[in-house]
Amino acid sequence: MQGSTRSPETGGMRSLDPRTKVVAVVLFILAVNLIPAGAWPVYLVLLALLWSAAVVLHVGMLVLLRRSLVAVPFVLAVVVLPFTTPGAAIYELPGLGWQISREGMTLFLTILCRFFLAVQAAVLLAASTPVSELLWGLRKLGVPTTLVAIIGFMYRYLFVIGEEAGQMIRARAARSAQIPHHRRPSVFWQGRVSGLMVGSLFLRALARSERIYVAMLSRGYDGHPRSMLHLRMVAWDWIVVIGSGLLLALILWGRMA
Amino acid sequence: MSCLVEIKNLSFSYQDGRTALQELDLSICEGEKVGIVGSNGAGKSTLLLQLNGVLQGTGDVRIAGDQVCRQNLGRIRSLVGLVFQDPDDQLFSPTVFEDVAFGPLYMGLDESAVSLRVREALESVGMDGMEERVPNRMSLGEKKLVAIATVLAMRPRILALDEPTAALDARARRTILGVLKHLDETLVVATHDLSLVAEVLDRTIVMDRGEVVADGPTAEILRDEAFLAEHGLI
Ligand SMILES: Nc1ncnc2c1ncn2[C@@H]1O[C@H](COP(=O)(O)OP(=O)(O)OP(=O)(O)O)[C@@H](O)[C@H]1O
Ligand SMILES: [Mg+2]
Repeated sequence: MQGSTRSPETGGMRSLDPRTKVVAVVLFILAVNLIPAGAWPVYLVLLALLWSAAVVLHVGMLVLLRRSLVAVPFVLAVVVLPFTTPGAAIYELPGLGWQISREGMTLFLTILCRFFLAVQAAVLLAASTPVSELLWGLRKLGVPTTLVAIIGFMYRYLFVIGEEAGQMIRARAARSAQIPHHRRPSVFWQGRVSGLMVGSLFLRALARSERIYVAMLSRGYDGHPRSMLHLRMVAWDWIVVIGSGLLLALILWGRMA
Repeated sequence: MSCLVEIKNLSFSYQDGRTALQELDLSICEGEKVGIVGSNGAGKSTLLLQLNGVLQGTGDVRIAGDQVCRQNLGRIRSLVGLVFQDPDDQLFSPTVFEDVAFGPLYMGLDESAVSLRVREALESVGMDGMEERVPNRMSLGEKKLVAIATVLAMRPRILALDEPTAALDARARRTILGVLKHLDETLVVATHDLSLVAEVLDRTIVMDRGEVVADGPTAEILRDEAFLAEHGLI
């Protein structure tokens, strides 16, 4: 946030403008999704590109991989593809008789690659850019102020609300004693309790949002964002933006040829 | 002589009809250190929120001679710094620096002045060097101190704090007390912490069910144990 802690002149690639990073990541994700299914070498090239960017931006490989793990549950959504896509069978699950088709497998692996690359690009953006800069960059790129504010608050308060949820779950667990030989409460009852908990969490979040608004008003908030950030696009920024644009163009051209 | 805070015949009810303040009269002069005590629901927090016009009741509230009303809110809010009980409500920005800079920025100061104020405010609560920290990853005591700094950076004439020591451990409480003792601003502190009152504040106002039931030098008020017990304070 402070101009003093960050000087674009000295950092080179290290201190890319947040706008550059956002644009480059969006272009990269577009490119990834345009690569034809099964074009494995291209995926490898993009992965190499991404990892070099991580090295340049001083984001550790471990951080990158660990944070990408959040996306794993979504992979489950496509795990059935190898079985459901019609095509030449290449393998049969012993016992079950389910067949894996070549086309299905290719589709599955392609989606996996795209997804993995896109998530890593997003993680790289988040890990290499302070939140304040990211929000500033989004605003400068024309993302509506309200949306940017929501993202900022989400970043700040998701954790707080998560903590409240944790407290409620612990409180419920602490009171969920079970007496031997007594029936457990019905699933219906338990579901009702969970529903009430979600409701009360929502009310708490609502009350908190009101208090935050009051706190903002108390310090003069007038609905317009103010920031002390002044970042300039330097030569490196343009090189990166144009580079990612060229990458996308190349892949588009490759698809058409 | 007119005082910094002049409250005459102030009454206030929440939307649900619950009366929180009843015909309250109160004046606080420049430099006074005032404690507001009272049992839960006595109306302490409600009273603090009247001071900068976040809530407005019937009656007359004046800060430094100006009536608290829509036209004056900007000025009033730069005079009265409110520190809320839960620092998570007060610290809404991604980093400490941005949060402390928030008030000064909206006061229209230029950027070097804002940076200077942030540094000074953080120094005065002993939190210098925390500028880049993220509130999510700070202890409650640290958050409380930064919350005080967010308001100090606006250089208010009155500092109004709601339960500054609630839920703090002994050491964090000590730190807050130390900070409060060294502030020159007029202080209004709503609290259940009677030893904080005894140590830091010269004047005590006792509230019960929306009314002021006692107002005087701290030593005198805290001496009368029967009275304190009657109003649920000990
Ligand atoms: N947002 C609200 N809506 C409706 N009633 C409220 C609201 N906030 C407070 N009240 C009521 O107003 C009265 C005064 O509340 P207030 O929060 O000012 O008390 P307090 O002295 O600060 O108490 P505590 O020591 O518990 O913080 C209470 O009866 C309370 O129930
Ligand atoms: Mg209160």
